[in-house]
Amino acid sequence: MVRIQVTVDGQRCEDEVEPRLLLVHYLRERVGKVGTPVGCDTSNCGACTVQLDGRSVKSCAVLAVQADGSEVTTIEGLANGEWHPMQKAFKECHALQCGYCTPGMIMAAVDLLSNNPNPSEEEIRDGLEGNLCRCTGYHNIVKAVQMAAAEGGAR
Amino acid sequence: MKAFEYERPVGVTEAVALARRAGSRFLGGGTNLVDLMKLGVETPDLLVDLTGLDLAEVLEQPDGALRIGATVRNSDLSANDAVRARYPVLSQALVAGASGQLRNMATVGGNMLQRTRCPYFQDVTKACNKRVPGSGCPARAGEHRNLAILGASEACIATSPSDFAVALAALDAGVTALTTEGEVSLTVSDFFRLPGDEPQRDTNLPPGALVTALTVPRLDWATRSAYRKVRDRASYAFALVSVAAAVDLDGDRVRDVRLALGGVAHAPWRATRAEEALRGGPATEEAFSAALRGELEAAEPLPHNGFKVDLAHNVAVRTLTELTGVPA
Ligand SMILES: Cc1cc2nc3c(=O)[nH]c(=O)nc-3n(C[C@H](O)[C@H](O)[C@H](O)COP(=O)(O)OP(=O)(O)OC[C@H]3O[C@@H](n4cnc5c(N)ncnc54)[C@H](O)[C@@H]3O)c2cc1C
Ligand code: FES
Ligand code: FES
Repeated sequence: MVRIQVTVDGQRCEDEVEPRLLLVHYLRERVGKVGTPVGCDTSNCGACTVQLDGRSVKSCAVLAVQADGSEVTTIEGLANGEWHPMQKAFKECHALQCGYCTPGMIMAAVDLLSNNPNPSEEEIRDGLEGNLCRCTGYHNIVKAVQMAAAEGGAR
Repeated sequence: MKAFEYERPVGVTEAVALARRAGSRFLGGGTNLVDLMKLGVETPDLLVDLTGLDLAEVLEQPDGALRIGATVRNSDLSANDAVRARYPVLSQALVAGASGQLRNMATVGGNMLQRTRCPYFQDVTKACNKRVPGSGCPARAGEHRNLAILGASEACIATSPSDFAVALAALDAGVTALTTEGEVSLTVSDFFRLPGDEPQRDTNLPPGALVTALTVPRLDWATRSAYRKVRDRASYAFALVSVAAAVDLDGDRVRDVRLALGGVAHAPWRATRAEEALRGGPATEEAFSAALRGELEAAEPLPHNGFKVDLAHNVAVRTLTELTGVPA
């Protein structure tokens, strides 16, 4: 067992974990952040995307011990009192159907805007290449990211 | 996943000492290693996490070379101003690989040492000489559409998966590594190896060696360079074929050129024969085509990957014509 200290959505957590515990399982099962789903478990689909020290990562490809000393933001920590502009834009633009990809899609899209506040359509599609959606055909997701960008969604 | 121990050393001496323990593996970002551990392809007893080491800097050297620490994240290097301005091919190759979230975690050392994507290597229920030496290679008679056309052996036809390494090969980059015996320096061309009858060895690094830095020599004309990658879909896939090229033009002649091919061999394939044919000659589409045909004479395609020979030719010719502004 290894002792880790992680700040998750602003809450300080200290836990003993097995080195093989994946960050996504730590978040869901130990911290209770079930807003972050597991899609493929093979670093492909992006559903498990969270931010580690402000940058998007696939939490199924990261060991919880690797996050020791870091800050993690999940979809549950994105809203501060009111919804994040990206969350609002996803709702407005109908950028989800079943919603399974949405937490990861939103976390990746927020990171995208923080690097590039005014992306072109192509840059949005490229920037979200690591997130797969089986339902929407991506069209409305791209529209949502454009709307969030117009509203200063980089926050 | 099998249980293992975890250490996060703060010094390189401690890291290489830990690596002497049986069953130890270095952990960069883990984006390849953790996946392979889930698949049971890797079953380490100890992970030595490198992120506590002081190896995350990109430094311009007095001689104009760029020294890239082994734990620099792929996304940081691709966004680095000096890299983008001086070596576009390097930045483009990084961005062509994986996805944003993976590049944010992945280190440049881990990128160089990522394992092959050959489907037999990744499937523990199948034979594979790279995973279990001597067990056989079912790929020759099986699924090999995406496997090697150059430099393969009876024992192995796997390809090197890294886009970044192809650009480094074209730029004549160097690799510095540390073992408990001391420091080792290799060129990228000597670092990677063809499979021969030891396909279990991806590289010529001594066992337990920690890659500490990559050095990209000064090359002023690499401002005219590019990376082009062809895959089965437009994004988020490994290369079928890729090309890293840089050209130094003297009017309408090629003063100097660098060319490396990816997706075709067990190592990034430096096209030295084509480079020689082009050096001092005209910058024309015919010359590019002839040089590539010469290079690819060595190809030994299998029944399902013969298309890669023409593809490599076409992609390289197109990249060179675009870089030199030759009318197509
Ligand atoms: C879905 C997906 C798509 C991808 N697509 C592409 C692609 O198109 N192109 C591409 O090039 N890559 C692609 N990748 C691979 C990605 O680039 C690698 O996983 C990444 O670069 C590995 O870096 P890392 O630091 O995470 O390595 P790790 O997983 O930490 O390590 C990989 C290997 O290197 C060893 N190692 C790490 N650092 C050192 C060091 N300093 N010294 C000695 N040994 C070391 C480890 O022991 C391990 O064996 C993809 C990956 C995924 C999951
Ligand atoms: S669950 Fe992590 S990438 Fe699919
Ligand atoms: S909304 Fe169903 S997977 Fe994206």
